[in-house]
Amino acid sequence: MGYTVDDAKLLADRAKLRFSREQLEKATQELNDMIRYVDQLAHVDTEGVPPMSHPHSFANVWRDDEPKEGLSAEDALANAPDRHGQFFRVPRIIAGEEEG
Amino acid sequence: MSENVLDLSVHELRRKLLQGQVTAADMVDAALKRIEALDGAIGAFITVDAEGARVAAEKVDRMVTEAVRSGDEKALPPLAGIPVALKDNICTRGLRTTASSRILESFVPPYSATVVEKLQSAGAIVVGKTNLDEFAMGSTTESSAFHTTRNPWDLERVPGGSSGGSAAAVAAGMASAAVGTDTGGSVRLPSAFCGTVGLKPTYARVSRYGVISYGSSLDCVGPIAGNVLDCAIMLGVMAGLDPRDATSSPEPVPDYVESARSGLDGLQGVRIGVPAEFFAPGIASGVRETVERTLHRLEEAGAELVDVSLPHVEYSVAVYYLVATAEASSNLARYDGVRYGLRAEGKDDVGSTIAASRTEGFGQEVQRRILLGSHALSAGNYAAYFDKAMRVRTLIRRDIEAALEKCDCFVSPTSSTTAFKIGEVRDPLAMYLQDIYTIVANLAGVPAISVPCGLHQGLPVGFQVFGPMFGEPTLFRVAAAVEQASAGEMRRPKLEVM
Amino acid sequence: MPAGTEYEVVVGMEVHAELATRSKVFCSCPVSFGAPPNTQTCPVCLGMPGALPMLNRRAVEFTIRAALALNCQITPFSKFFRKNYFYPDLAKGFQITQFDAPIGHDGWLDVEVDGEVKRIRIRRVHLEEETAKLTHAGDDIITAGNSLLDFNRSGIGLIEIVTEPDIRSAEEARAYLKKLRATLVAVGVSDCKLEEGSMRCEANISVRPKGSDKYGNLVELKNIASFRAVYRAIQYEAARQSQVLESGGVVRRETRHWDDAKGETAFMRSKEQAAEYCYFPEPDLMPLEISEEWVEEIRRGMPELPDARAARYMRDYGLNKEDAQQIAESKELWWFFEQTAAKADGPEVAKWLVGEISAAANASGVELSQSRLRPEHIAELISMMESGKISGKIAKSVFEDVWATGKAPADIVRERGLSQISDEGELRAIVRRVIEANPGPVQDFGAGKERAISFLVGQVMKESRGRANPQETNRILREELARAME
Repeated sequence: MGYTVDDAKLLADRAKLRFSREQLEKATQELNDMIRYVDQLAHVDTEGVPPMSHPHSFANVWRDDEPKEGLSAEDALANAPDRHGQFFRVPRIIAGEEEG
Repeated sequence: MSENVLDLSVHELRRKLLQGQVTAADMVDAALKRIEALDGAIGAFITVDAEGARVAAEKVDRMVTEAVRSGDEKALPPLAGIPVALKDNICTRGLRTTASSRILESFVPPYSATVVEKLQSAGAIVVGKTNLDEFAMGSTTESSAFHTTRNPWDLERVPGGSSGGSAAAVAAGMASAAVGTDTGGSVRLPSAFCGTVGLKPTYARVSRYGVISYGSSLDCVGPIAGNVLDCAIMLGVMAGLDPRDATSSPEPVPDYVESARSGLDGLQGVRIGVPAEFFAPGIASGVRETVERTLHRLEEAGAELVDVSLPHVEYSVAVYYLVATAEASSNLARYDGVRYGLRAEGKDDVGSTIAASRTEGFGQEVQRRILLGSHALSAGNYAAYFDKAMRVRTLIRRDIEAALEKCDCFVSPTSSTTAFKIGEVRDPLAMYLQDIYTIVANLAGVPAISVPCGLHQGLPVGFQVFGPMFGEPTLFRVAAAVEQASAGEMRRPKLEVM
Repeated sequence: MPAGTEYEVVVGMEVHAELATRSKVFCSCPVSFGAPPNTQTCPVCLGMPGALPMLNRRAVEFTIRAALALNCQITPFSKFFRKNYFYPDLAKGFQITQFDAPIGHDGWLDVEVDGEVKRIRIRRVHLEEETAKLTHAGDDIITAGNSLLDFNRSGIGLIEIVTEPDIRSAEEARAYLKKLRATLVAVGVSDCKLEEGSMRCEANISVRPKGSDKYGNLVELKNIASFRAVYRAIQYEAARQSQVLESGGVVRRETRHWDDAKGETAFMRSKEQAAEYCYFPEPDLMPLEISEEWVEEIRRGMPELPDARAARYMRDYGLNKEDAQQIAESKELWWFFEQTAAKADGPEVAKWLVGEISAAANASGVELSQSRLRPEHIAELISMMESGKISGKIAKSVFEDVWATGKAPADIVRERGLSQISDEGELRAIVRRVIEANPGPVQDFGAGKERAISFLVGQVMKESRGRANPQETNRILREELARAME
């Protein structure tokens, strides 16, 4: 069961990518090709095999609660595409947009 | 062109520096001249920092004078005055860092990656930032948003990728050594195509702090050098625990140079695994012959060849593309044009602005991978794709552990072919399959090195050695033996301007 | 639904509290409120390329502490996940959180409503990170031309506490929130200031016919910024949903916004389509192994919880239950109480604290700990009352001066000449003057009208400007009246 152009559009929207219809058709086809390829994993027996999310297995890597000075406001804002005083500025937010 | 001091190795340059036969300024000048002469044709660099390099060289030369006067040569750090090139996905304070992407075209980091700080405090001089596939996603350096890097051995061919600029810079003598990143083979493949020595260290051996993430559980930072000893010197400087990278390893850093030197004394007692799956049909015949000839020579040098098997390796490309793209889709979410980077004009709300910025800022390959990654992570697909891939990843790792019980290291060609023509591979999936020999090391986390073992039709062939976790000493030893065994066939690339 | 159906509201609460660690949870930037914008940031909390998180151990410790205070089980193997979504206040495009491996799970908190104890089950307590602070340059989010971002808040440690849907009324919700805040403040993990946003609350509200065991469609309610708001918002929403059902409609699954000024909830967005957060294990952080030894060490070092403290005050100081609970739930109050009760009678101190002192703090808007009032002041006032130097009424007036000026009560009494007249000669002279001046009431008293004496006492008080010792006045007045009758 492959992706339709509409499915791919939903995926793109979620990733904040906007494609033209033409691009979307191409992306859909490439996505379906890739999915067909990776679908070979379905044949591998992974019964009882734990997932490996990381090459190392050590735990509890942390630091002490010691504050350290970070960047100056100028350094923090130096690459800002738009700023207002010491704030980053963005265009208006449309109410109801996704928020955590 | 007159003789280039950068034709000398890092260890030779150090001797000359201490003897007063060469200065850091000479080395930097040589690098900058070579860049000026050649890089128009090769395109290894995105940004060259001539001024910064000259200032740094003056400082090093004062240190040299002091060290020589006081007779304390050990006080001189190991890479004093050595011109190095950094892949442009490694952040450098005050020096533009782009990841070869439009979205970061004007980004100037207010901080340096830990590996940069380590190299600089070891006296290395950053001459510039090298080209890569956008966000390191590619195997040819063709997906750079800025330009395609050409292979110094044949300008019609790709240098490999994604660290193509770094490998090309070293191969063409525009830097003594370089740093690359390797998520699925991105240090080793260009090293094979450009005839350099490239190491993907054990995962977390080198800090990733300040290195632009692609696939966080796969990304490794590794050295690219003109020879095995230089590669070992570089790793010795780059490796170590970093309090800013929670995944970096506390394992002590051994003396890699000594390991590399020991390879010149033969390989008695070394068991080298030969995985059947890596010598199956599909390897270009010239590549196969060159690699097999090298294997035979290693046997003559005292190594014992052992047959091993990696039954799940056939799934590695599928596992890799799910894990890497999933992690990438999340890692690349920060590029939204809010705090830095490209912001699209003309949209009056923030949601559209973010989407337009990302669509304008990312190239096709990056967008393709973000989509695949988002697919793998969607709640409805997680079990069948991402989780499944992580379980097969466990099986691949177990294969490698099982193989390494029978041998000290195992080998393969780095690539099934030598460098191919620019534009030759167009199909994304065919391109992904270029990485079939290198990916397993990233999936398992183990180190692997690519070392040139000869030429086929005038192009370098890479020989790859894999070892156990933190097995870099073994890799350097075997790689040094490969280098020694192939010395008769290897040379530098002939560039008409050189 | 048939007319006359009785509905019950079902509420689950999600509370976020900012951790009172010194540095942020995944970077070393200082946690400090009120700093100029974007002065407490680094590449990590700005989500710059290549920056990596490094966990703050104390943030884990605080989360365990909070979980233990809420009677949770501690997960021995825990880890972090990425919750992926785009919003301009989210620096990395994902939030580091805990998804299905929360540090604490399956706990409970007992709350009291109308004298009855109700157990609210806690589903989970987990650690995550704050977002940046977004302010809208216009009047509100809808009309704003653009928005401004301050990343000082980005990356501050946050615990999220989620209940089971056990809450059945607005009163219970308010009681839960108060008790939760008291508990978190007591164990020192957060200052939980609702008004400043260091504690935030969301309520998942549904209604169903009373007696039904099925849940109705959930409405998520945001922007609840006070105890009063949680009460009003749930009242409002329960009524709204009941009305929808009563009129034969269907409650839509959606997120609504509480408008405190208007006193109503407004639609924000639909939840019909489940949000897609693409959770996956955070590859930049290593997992947590929380040993039993560590949990025990934290448990041993836990500050006293409000219920235990209230019980102790009832037992050791003889406080009544209401005073004990009220004092034990506020660190300001119990600290002051213990300091004062070391020098004065406990129940009397408690009476002052929940009475005059709390009233003065409310009226002036100055928190007790920020005020000029010191425990010694109250101890001194009580001791002057007990020794008969001043009356209770004078004490209240002196207290007002102490609150306003921070001067010692004895000094105020001296300066204002308020010390009580207990001197027999002086009192008797005043009493005689009052008897002489009021022949009518004196006659009434003589005629057996006992009530006339309170009028005469009042006259003595007036004459002495309130300073006459009431007991002595009474005694002397009776003596003098008896003599006048002879």
